[in-house]
Amino acid sequence: MSTVSRRQLFQIAGGALIVRFAFGQSASKSLDPAEVDSFIAIHADGSVTIYTSKVDVGTGLATAFRQTAAEELGIPVERFAVIAGDTALTPDHGGTGGSSGIPRGAADIRRAAATARQGLLDLASKQLNRPASELTIVDGTIMHASGQKVAIAALIGGKSFGLKLNPNAPLRNPSTYTVVGKPLPRPEVAAKCTGKHPWLQDFTLPGMLHGRLVRPPSTGAKLLSVDESSIRSIPDVRVVRIESFLGVVAKDEWAAVRAAREIKATWSDWKGLPGSTDLDRYIRQAPVEKDQTITTKGDIAAGLASGAKQLAATYYWPFQSHASLSPSCAVADVKESGTTIWSATQNPYGLRANLAKVFSIPPEKMRLVYMDGSGSYGTNGADDAAADALLLSRVAGQPVRVQWMRADEHGWDPKGPAQLHELRGAVDASGNISAWETQMWVPDGPGGSRALLGPESAGMQQTHGQGAGLMTLNLDPPYPVPNIRIVSHHLKDTPLRLSNLRAPGKIANVFAAESFADELAHAAGMDAVAFRVRGLSDARALDVLNRAAGMMDWQSRRSPNPNAAEGDLLVGRGIAYMRYKQAENYVAIGITLAVNRNTGAITIRRVICTHDCGLVVNPDGLRNQVEGNIMQTLSRTLHEEVTFDQSHVTSTDWVRYPLLRFPEAPVVQVALIDRPTEPSYGAGEAASAPVAAAVGNAVFDATGVRLRTIPFTAARVKAALVKA
Amino acid sequence: MPQYKFRVNGAQGTVDSWDPDQPLLYILRNTLSLRAAKFGCGLGQCGACTVLLDGKAVRSCITPVRQVAGHAVTTLEGPGMEELQAAFVAEQAAQCGYCTNGMIMSAKSVLMQTPHATLEQVKQGLAGNLCRCGTHTRIMNAVMRVSKA
Repeated sequence: MSTVSRRQLFQIAGGALIVRFAFGQSASKSLDPAEVDSFIAIHADGSVTIYTSKVDVGTGLATAFRQTAAEELGIPVERFAVIAGDTALTPDHGGTGGSSGIPRGAADIRRAAATARQGLLDLASKQLNRPASELTIVDGTIMHASGQKVAIAALIGGKSFGLKLNPNAPLRNPSTYTVVGKPLPRPEVAAKCTGKHPWLQDFTLPGMLHGRLVRPPSTGAKLLSVDESSIRSIPDVRVVRIESFLGVVAKDEWAAVRAAREIKATWSDWKGLPGSTDLDRYIRQAPVEKDQTITTKGDIAAGLASGAKQLAATYYWPFQSHASLSPSCAVADVKESGTTIWSATQNPYGLRANLAKVFSIPPEKMRLVYMDGSGSYGTNGADDAAADALLLSRVAGQPVRVQWMRADEHGWDPKGPAQLHELRGAVDASGNISAWETQMWVPDGPGGSRALLGPESAGMQQTHGQGAGLMTLNLDPPYPVPNIRIVSHHLKDTPLRLSNLRAPGKIANVFAAESFADELAHAAGMDAVAFRVRGLSDARALDVLNRAAGMMDWQSRRSPNPNAAEGDLLVGRGIAYMRYKQAENYVAIGITLAVNRNTGAITIRRVICTHDCGLVVNPDGLRNQVEGNIMQTLSRTLHEEVTFDQSHVTSTDWVRYPLLRFPEAPVVQVALIDRPTEPSYGAGEAASAPVAAAVGNAVFDATGVRLRTIPFTAARVKAALVKA
Repeated sequence: MPQYKFRVNGAQGTVDSWDPDQPLLYILRNTLSLRAAKFGCGLGQCGACTVLLDGKAVRSCITPVRQVAGHAVTTLEGPGMEELQAAFVAEQAAQCGYCTNGMIMSAKSVLMQTPHATLEQVKQGLAGNLCRCGTHTRIMNAVMRVSKA
């Protein structure tokens, strides 16, 4: 095999050619996250490659990485390309999630680039015989005031740095930034608009078969028998059965689809789910594994008693799906020499470690290559699909591409858990919160690797992690309370498999906290903004809140709106504030909306967002994320609930699990507050957290009716209006 | 194997399909290697697979190949998409971008019928296309950029 044919020309990104190597060929590439060479390579032609385990799932992370490294190195950003999530090429500095891409991922790359810069200046110092302190880097060239210069590519191009990451390497001063903080288009967008982008879903290998899964009709059913004659008319299909794992592989994709759909199999009866009807009551009574006191201070009973007004309320957030636009996909090629898996997982190293364990393959004999799939917003079915492809490829002895069908994704992706919040609180005569208690019930179990669907059906040993991701943050109200108790009750079991779904727990927690704050403001006879402002002392918190109020032309008054009526519509405004994870981004969301009093339909008219995530790397990329957070959470607030009966999930298509559609899309205005001297927080989640509360508060302002159960469907709103 | 003759992006072609009900999407992606159209649901509910059939947006995931014979298919790779593509790039109107094919193809269909469509007409024209990332604002801005041109 020639060198050229063993390389697969793969992707053009950022102007540089990314070359994919065949399995095991990249042994010389450093993967140690303590080494500069693991993160950065400067090539002879002056182009630069950044290597990272943090993948860009449509968030713009890769572009922010390029900007960060370009700024530190003084090399034009156009010369940078990113290779992400390939266990043969990229260092493991963590998976992608929890908005950690910028604060941790970019920080690592910045440190690597800063160390590289020092190394380059030292090299140039020797070559030019000038002290490093007298050298500057401009457009990829190291210059001295005398006119002496040397191009970085000439100094290091194609060679290794051989440097350890230096945590004390001097960083560029933000006041001198020319690349960070400026909007930069994402190069992959053009390819996505022309169909040329190399999607995982489009990836093929010679001899590749198409696989499809046959999932059981109920979650716990066992496969009793399979009638292979039922698909005899479909050409070239092979049935793969391992205990209760049932799949098909075929050369032709449509043959695989039809075979999986038409194959006759009998399964055992199983009815072990509580059903989603009245799930709030079920969750309130379900056995608790662990009670966790998050915050406790003062005396709740005394605080409640001392208040002029006491309130109690129960909020409920249902199970929701990642609802990725593409059903999960993976390609696996199991060979004696090594296994390669192409996946859109957000955690390439974590998935490899888990697959290696479950399939008893040494990790060094398994290569996981990330490729772009559709947005995942956490752990959707991608990891499961990888295991499916691996199972099928191992049996078939050929590469297998698996793509789930729509019902597989909606039915079987691990879900964001339901959350029930019970709150009690009181305000004193002057409008101060005198007591606050939140108790949450949530099916959030111990962490660790989730059980993968295919291996579970195939009877393979694996761990059964049931963590959903930092579910208890933002349970606390952001306002000072002398008597407070915040408790989380973690349930023993979960009806549906769990995973992290964007801003895990925080959206529901802020929905409860910021709706209840509104209830207290109302009880105190106060304006919603004034009530919040008096409780906040952090200048950055006050800034986002006051700016949002300003953008909304907020008139100080008590809710509900005395002039709400516009024909059949009732109009109102609402606001919500939070600091993400109680330690990161400051965000306020303001919403104006109309409620149709006959149908209960909510029309969101306008969304205002003020967003402070510290230093902004790419304002346009950030804005795109913030807009997306808002629109997606409006969808989750208005429409989304995973339904299930005693056997299985029933919301298995886009009719039964509807998303927000274009005719409902409001005007969204985002004000970014850039603080170049403050650390960057990630922005993949924060703006989603206050959205539902702002909607609920605006509905109360419009109608005088408080909505405490998600989703705010027209039927639910209408029933609440009738009841009032 | 039965053969089906139709035009794709201006060129006449013939494809084999063992099943006359095989959806056009699989023919485009696997037989013709035109992979811009994406599988999203196979139910005609999300719009990721949208192509133009005789100039009108159709869901290729539920359009049997036998119905396409004798007609003209245009995909995102085909001619006439450049203006919308440029507008989407200018507005950076994608996050994951998996829906983008359908957005551009549906927008093309709207603008072919109503070249200066209003925002309301654009919203209605894209009502059957889902975007999970929440990029609606930018997508609308991109389409309006062309409709106002």
